[in-house]
Amino acid sequence: MSSDTVSLVPSPVVSANGIFKSFGGVPALVDVSIDLIPGEVHCLAGENGCGKSTLIKIISGVERPDSGEILIDGVSHSHINANAAIKSGIQVIYQDFSLFPNLTVAENIVLTAEVARRRRLYSPASVRPKAEEILRDLGLDLDLDREVSELSVADKQLTAICRALVNDARAIIMDEPTTALTHSEVSRLFALVERLRARGVALMFVSHKLEEVLAISQRLTIMRSGRQIVTGPTTDFDERSISHYMTGREVDESRVVSELDATAPLALELVDLSLAGAYRNISFGLRRGEILGVTGLLGSGRTEIAESLFGVTPADEGQIKVNGAPVRIRSIQDAVSAGIGYVPEDRLSQGLFLEKSIADNIVASSLRSHRTRWGTLSRDAIASTIKHYFHGLKINARNAQAPVRTLSGGNAQRVVLAKWLATSPTVLLLNGPTVGVDVGSKQEILELLRVEAAKGMSVIVISDDAPELVSSCHRVLVIKQGRLTHILEGDEITVDTIQERMSA
Amino acid sequence: MDVIRRLRGSNNEGVLALVLVGFIVAMSIANPTFFTLNTGFSILRSSIVPVIFALGVLIVVVTGGIDVSFAAIAIFAGYATVSFCLNMGFDPGILGIFAIAVGVGSLLGLINGIVIARFNLPTLIVTLGTQGVFFGAMYTYVGAQYYAELPGSMAALATSNLLDVTTSAGRAYLHVLVVPVLLLCVLVAWVLKRTMFGRSLYAIGGDIEAARRAGFLVKRTQVWVYVMVGALAAVAGIVHIVLSRSANPRDLVGGELDIIAAVVLGGASIFGGRGSVIGTVLGVLLVQVIKNSLLLVGVPSAWLRTAVGILLVLGVGIQAVAARRDSRQKRVIDEVDAEQKHEEKVES
Ligand SMILES: Nc1ncnc2c1ncn2[C@@H]1O[C@H](COP(=O)(O)OP(=O)(O)OP(=O)(O)O)[C@@H](O)[C@H]1O
Ligand SMILES: [Mg+2]
Repeated sequence: MSSDTVSLVPSPVVSANGIFKSFGGVPALVDVSIDLIPGEVHCLAGENGCGKSTLIKIISGVERPDSGEILIDGVSHSHINANAAIKSGIQVIYQDFSLFPNLTVAENIVLTAEVARRRRLYSPASVRPKAEEILRDLGLDLDLDREVSELSVADKQLTAICRALVNDARAIIMDEPTTALTHSEVSRLFALVERLRARGVALMFVSHKLEEVLAISQRLTIMRSGRQIVTGPTTDFDERSISHYMTGREVDESRVVSELDATAPLALELVDLSLAGAYRNISFGLRRGEILGVTGLLGSGRTEIAESLFGVTPADEGQIKVNGAPVRIRSIQDAVSAGIGYVPEDRLSQGLFLEKSIADNIVASSLRSHRTRWGTLSRDAIASTIKHYFHGLKINARNAQAPVRTLSGGNAQRVVLAKWLATSPTVLLLNGPTVGVDVGSKQEILELLRVEAAKGMSVIVISDDAPELVSSCHRVLVIKQGRLTHILEGDEITVDTIQERMSA
Repeated sequence: MDVIRRLRGSNNEGVLALVLVGFIVAMSIANPTFFTLNTGFSILRSSIVPVIFALGVLIVVVTGGIDVSFAAIAIFAGYATVSFCLNMGFDPGILGIFAIAVGVGSLLGLINGIVIARFNLPTLIVTLGTQGVFFGAMYTYVGAQYYAELPGSMAALATSNLLDVTTSAGRAYLHVLVVPVLLLCVLVAWVLKRTMFGRSLYAIGGDIEAARRAGFLVKRTQVWVYVMVGALAAVAGIVHIVLSRSANPRDLVGGELDIIAAVVLGGASIFGGRGSVIGTVLGVLLVQVIKNSLLLVGVPSAWLRTAVGILLVLGVGIQAVAARRDSRQKRVIDEVDAEQKHEEKVES
C-alpha cells in the first residue's frame, strides 16, 4: 500500500495498541493491536478461547488490560470504564447479550442510550418511538412490551442488536451477533450494517461462520491463542486460508458417514405426533447408532418437536416409542428416565451452573450412573468421566476446576455437550450443537458424535447449518410450517438440496 | 386478555388487592366489630411505620440485595436525636428533628453501602453484622434510658389528628402522619418508575454485570441505595417515637421479619429486579390486617410471629407457583398466535 492511499484512510475511531492481558497467569491476549476505522467492517476470527471476547471487553472498558493502551479519537487511555466508552460512542453486542431479563424489550433497547445521554428522568412513552423506529429499520416483529426473560434466544439476540443500533454510535462491536438468527434475519442485519458503514460508523464483527465473515468485512484480523496472527484486507482471504490461519492446519468438512446396519433396531419412533400450533402428524423412526438431522426455518416447529420429545412442552396427540416400547412423556423427568437427553438451544441460560466448576457441570446430570455398589458416589468413576470429556472435547481451560463463567462462549458450549454425553442416553437430541463453535472444533465435535453413535447412541441433530448436516447425518428431515415435508437420504444430502428444501 | 393482565398488575398487585378485600369482608362477617372506622383508622395508624420501612426494604430488594439493619438504624437515629435534644434542652422544631435523624440514618446507611460496594460482600451478612454494631453502639454511646417525655414539637405532633369522627362505636382518630407517608409513597414510586436512578435499580437487580456494561455506575448506585434506606429508616424511627409518645431504645429491633414478609408478599422478588410501591403498601396492609384480626379473635400475640412467618412462606410459594404456571400459559397464547399466522398465510 502506498503512503498516498494510507493518508486517505480516515483516522480510527478506536484503536487498541499492544494489548496484553492474562487471567491468573495464563495469557489471554499477547500484544494485540487493532484499529476500527469509520466506514469499515473489521472482522475478528479465531478459535474458541483465542481471546476475541476479551479484546472486545477491553475496548469497551469492561475488562482492564495488563498493559497497552486504548486510543479513542487519537486520545490515549491506559484503560477506560464502560461508562466512558459508551459516552464516547462505542456500542457492543456482547456474546452473552447482557440484557436485563426483568425489563421489557422496549426498555432494554433504549435504556443504555438514555444512560449515555446522561438523562436523569425516564419516560417510557417518550423513548418508545425510538425503539419502534429501530424495529422498523430492521423489519422486525418484536413485542416491545414483553419481558426479555420470556423471549426465545433469537429474539433476545435481536433485542441486543437493536439496543446497540438505537444509539447513534460511532463504533459498533458485534460479538457473534448471528448465532441464533435465521438467514433472512442475518441478511437484514447485513443490509443495516451496510447502511451504517455508508454513514461512516466503524464496525467490528466476530463470527465463526466464515461465509459471513467474507461477506460482511473489509478487513480481517485472525487470532490464535491470544496472538494476532495476521491482519489484512478481506479480499486477500478465502475460507480455506482463514481456517488455516486460525487452526494452523487443514480443516476437512467432507461428508463422513458410517454404514448403518439396515437391521439395526429402532431406538426411537414417533407416530403421528402433534402439538396444536406447533407441528402436526410427525412420524419417523430413528435407528440405533443413527445420526439424524432435523432442519427447517426458525419457527418451523423443529425446536418444538425436540422439546416435546424431552417433555418440555408435551405433545397433544400421537405416540412415542423408545426401543420399541411406548412411553408417555409428560415431563422432563419422564424423558430422562426414558433415556432421552437434550442439549437446548439457549445454553447459557438453560444448561449450566455458571458459578460451578467445569467438572461439577460435566457430572451434574449423571451422578446416578456414578454410584458405587453401596449407593455412594464413586470418586474414581467421576474423575475418569470428567477427564474423558474434558480432554475429548478439548475444553480450553486451565483445568477442570475453573468456574464455567470464566470460559469463552464456545468452550462453555462444550461443557453442556459433555454434561449430556456423560448421561449416555439412548437418544441424544442436540439443538444447534456447534453454534458458536469454531470451524476446527466443529469437526471435532461432530467426530465425537460419530464415535458415540458408533457405540450405539442414537443422535438427533437439529440445525440449520447445512454443511454440518451434510458432514455428519445419515438422513435429514425437513420440517416446514409444522409438517415433515422431506426425508433426504444418501446422495440427496447436499448443502444445496437442504437449503432448497428448507425454504422452498 | 389485556385488561385482565393490566388489572392483575406486573407483580400480581391486583391479586393481592383482591385477597386483602376478601380478607376484610370475611373478617367483617365473622366479627362485626371488625368492620368499623375505629379498626380501620387504627390499622392505618399501625401501618405508618411499617410502610416507611417497607419502602426502604423495597428499594434494596429491587437491586437484589437485602438490608436487615434498618430497624437498628431507625432506633439509633430516632433515639439518639431525642436523647440529644432532651439532654441539650433544645427543640429545633419537628422538621429540625427529622433533619437531624435523617442525617444520622444516612450516615449509618453510608457505612453499610461502603462496606458492601467496596468489598463486594453479601448484603445479608454485612447488614446482619452492622445491625449488631449499630445497636451495641447505641447502648454504649447514646444510652439505654427510657424517655417518657418527648421534646415539645414531637409531643405536639403525637396528638395531631387529621380526622376525628364520632361513631356509634366511639370516637375514631386518623393520625395526621398518614398524609406525609402517602406523599412519601408517591415520591418513591415516582423515583422508581420515572427516574434513571430508579430504572438503574431494576437493571442492577436484573443482571448486575449487564448493568455495569450498560454504563450504569453500579457501585455508586449501591451506596446511594443504602444511604436512602438509612434515611427512610431514620424517618420511620422518629415517626415511631412520635406515635408511641415515648422513646424506648428496645423498640423496633426484632420486627424486621414483618417488614420483609410484607415486601415479599407485595410481589418484590428476593432475587432482585421486581417489586412495586403499590404492591409493597398492599403487602404491609395485609400483614397489619391479619395481625389485627388475629388479635381481635383472641389469638395470643405470641402466635402473631408464627402467622407472619407462615404468610411469608405462603407468599413466596404462591409467587413461585404462579410464575411457573404463567410461563406455561404464555406459551399457549403464543401458539394460538402462531396458528393464526399459519392460517393467514394459507389464506393469502
Ligand atoms: N474472567 C476470566 N477469568 C479467567 N479466565 C478467563 C476469563 N475470561 C476469559 N478467560 C479466558 O481467556 C481466554 C479467552 O477467552 P475469550 O472469551 O476472549 O475467547 P473467545 O475468543 O471469545 O472465544 P469464543 O469464540 O469461544 O467466544 C479463554 O481461555 C478463557 O477461558
Ligand atoms: Mg467469545
